[in-house]
Amino acid sequence: MTLAISEAAGAGRQVLPRLLAGVTGGGRAGLLEHEDLLGPLPLPASTASKRADRARAARLIDVVERSGLTGRGGAGFPTGRKLRSVAAGRGAVVVANGAEGEPASAKDRLLLTRAPHLVLDGISLAAYAVGADRAYLAVHETSSRLAAGLEGAVAARQAAGIDPVPVTLVGIPDRYVASEQSAIVQVINGGPALPTFAPPRTHEKGVDGRPTLVNNVETLAHLALIARFGDGWFRSAGTPAAPGTMLVTISGAVARPGVYEIELGTPLGTVLMQAGGPTEPLQAILTGGFFGTWLPVETAWHLPLTLRGVRAGGGTLGAGIIVALSAAACGLAETARVVRYLAHETAGQCGPCIFGLPALAEVLAGLAYGGGRQLPERIRELIPLVEGRGACRHPDGATQLARSALRAFAPDARWHAERGPCGGVRYGPVLSVPGDLEAW
Amino acid sequence: MTRRLLVNPILCTGHGVCAELVPELIEMDPWGYPLVSRAELPAELAAHARRAITSCPELALLIDDRPGR
Amino acid sequence: MSLGGPGLWYATRAAGIVSLLLLTASTTLGVLTASRASGPRWPRFLVIGLHRNLALLAMAFLLLHVTTTVIDTYTSIGIQDAVVPFLSGYHRLWLGLGAIASDLFVALTVTSLLRQRIRPGLWRTVHWAGYLCWPVALAHGLGIGTDAGTTWVFDLTVGCGGAVVVAAIVRLSLALRPAGRVLR
Repeated sequence: MTLAISEAAGAGRQVLPRLLAGVTGGGRAGLLEHEDLLGPLPLPASTASKRADRARAARLIDVVERSGLTGRGGAGFPTGRKLRSVAAGRGAVVVANGAEGEPASAKDRLLLTRAPHLVLDGISLAAYAVGADRAYLAVHETSSRLAAGLEGAVAARQAAGIDPVPVTLVGIPDRYVASEQSAIVQVINGGPALPTFAPPRTHEKGVDGRPTLVNNVETLAHLALIARFGDGWFRSAGTPAAPGTMLVTISGAVARPGVYEIELGTPLGTVLMQAGGPTEPLQAILTGGFFGTWLPVETAWHLPLTLRGVRAGGGTLGAGIIVALSAAACGLAETARVVRYLAHETAGQCGPCIFGLPALAEVLAGLAYGGGRQLPERIRELIPLVEGRGACRHPDGATQLARSALRAFAPDARWHAERGPCGGVRYGPVLSVPGDLEAW
Repeated sequence: MTRRLLVNPILCTGHGVCAELVPELIEMDPWGYPLVSRAELPAELAAHARRAITSCPELALLIDDRPGR
Repeated sequence: MSLGGPGLWYATRAAGIVSLLLLTASTTLGVLTASRASGPRWPRFLVIGLHRNLALLAMAFLLLHVTTTVIDTYTSIGIQDAVVPFLSGYHRLWLGLGAIASDLFVALTVTSLLRQRIRPGLWRTVHWAGYLCWPVALAHGLGIGTDAGTTWVFDLTVGCGGAVVVAAIVRLSLALRPAGRVLR
């Protein structure tokens, strides 16, 4: 039973599910179920020789590097390289980022609720790899049920003496910028949940000035499986350049929205079919979430879901968010609503973002709901005044979305500019923007 | 290794002294904040840049010599 | 060399008055910097540049003022009285205020010169204390100065007072403005 996952890989092309194995149905939130399915945490016991221990930890990093695992939080940085750079320092700290800032993403929440021990395994293994003596797991402070479940999981492991490194749960405010890496580190250091301006980078000096490893919880879950089954197993899914599987959150005009585990390289259209397929004709697909990009459906349908593949199509994959936009909706109106939300969610630290995002939101709303010949050009002028001028990537996400909207919905933009709002603005919200007011 | 001027956007409160002292590289945006050129800092402007850095009332201007982003 | 006589006495009073004038100007310019005041003939780099240079000049005259006072054997003011307030019996209160003002001024200058090396919060706190430095210096000048009775000195002092008070009101009103999270 414990090797069911790896055996399946050998027996033909049945590589899925991996992270979500045993999750559908009853879920495997309990420690017993988790160990039943996957076996115990493969953590080597520490020996008398510190040097031998460090050498063995370095071998784990080698395996991760060979596996080609990349970060699943949106940036896609090679995990092995990150582990190596933090391990090079002394007194490291591990921070698992489960504070899913993107409203359109649900994968981290699913993992933490239904497979918490996989994530906690990953944290322990990461701590072992980088020589950390402390670990933190960041979640939204408003998710009390999630936190309670995690506390139970941590306690069960403590009782069984599984984790050598204690894991502390950290509550992060439910704000978009608060789940940014530097903001989480600042909270742990006792400061406000606001992004900071690098340098120094967190992997050199993060929590308490120590080298800090910050990983998305999904990345750590993959790590937990790689440590058990090896890099070859991980690479048996996906493509040579983009190996493994990932979790995606699919919503919009599909029959079965939800979180799915897919092989990297799967064409976007195939993935949408897995979610039941479109419920009505589509015009565009949003990849990457509120910080992502709109792609016309004709281009997007055949794009292989890898970081590079999506980028080649002019988009970003981000944290695996996919939203199918019906042809009856208005992409400009959706964009205007999202950018207005992002404008409210600034950390309030940097002038160009504080002033630029509301200005951008206003012009987008003007174009979506009013019209005006000069508005598309005005948007194009505003974008470089906002992009890259904040301490974090918050304004860049908004400008990226706005720019992709002007590209993907170019005919609509021209129509709106000349004639005002199209019928699609009455379609009803597709992207669930928190705190959204219907009336403008 | 390129050297260029960089503004810390968190510390910057839009005084505008830098734009007066190095207008070749810094302009003000419509909201009063500096638009700093990402081009390499030429040698002939180095003295002006240093003066701008020490004159900033918030110490928000600095020289960035990390490998190019 | 027994130093005494009117020469040093005049020097002390003159240096003190000039230092106070320069401190007034610098304080006013400092307030104007914070309120982002500028005009066509007054670019902001000029406001802040003058603020700093006039402060250093004021410091130079302060040192002159203190030195000429200390070496003057007519009064028994020693170097310690310039730093520690209320030690000397001579005009205890007013001299003490002078010591306080000059201590604050030294703190202001040193923290500003070392600004890049110290904690930003420390610089900011000491700099706010500058609002204390100037009125204390003014009180010292008025209380101890034998010129206070002279009209032109009195008018000058009132003028100084007016300038800084106006600037401070402007600065405070900006700090209390509800909008603009960015103005600190």
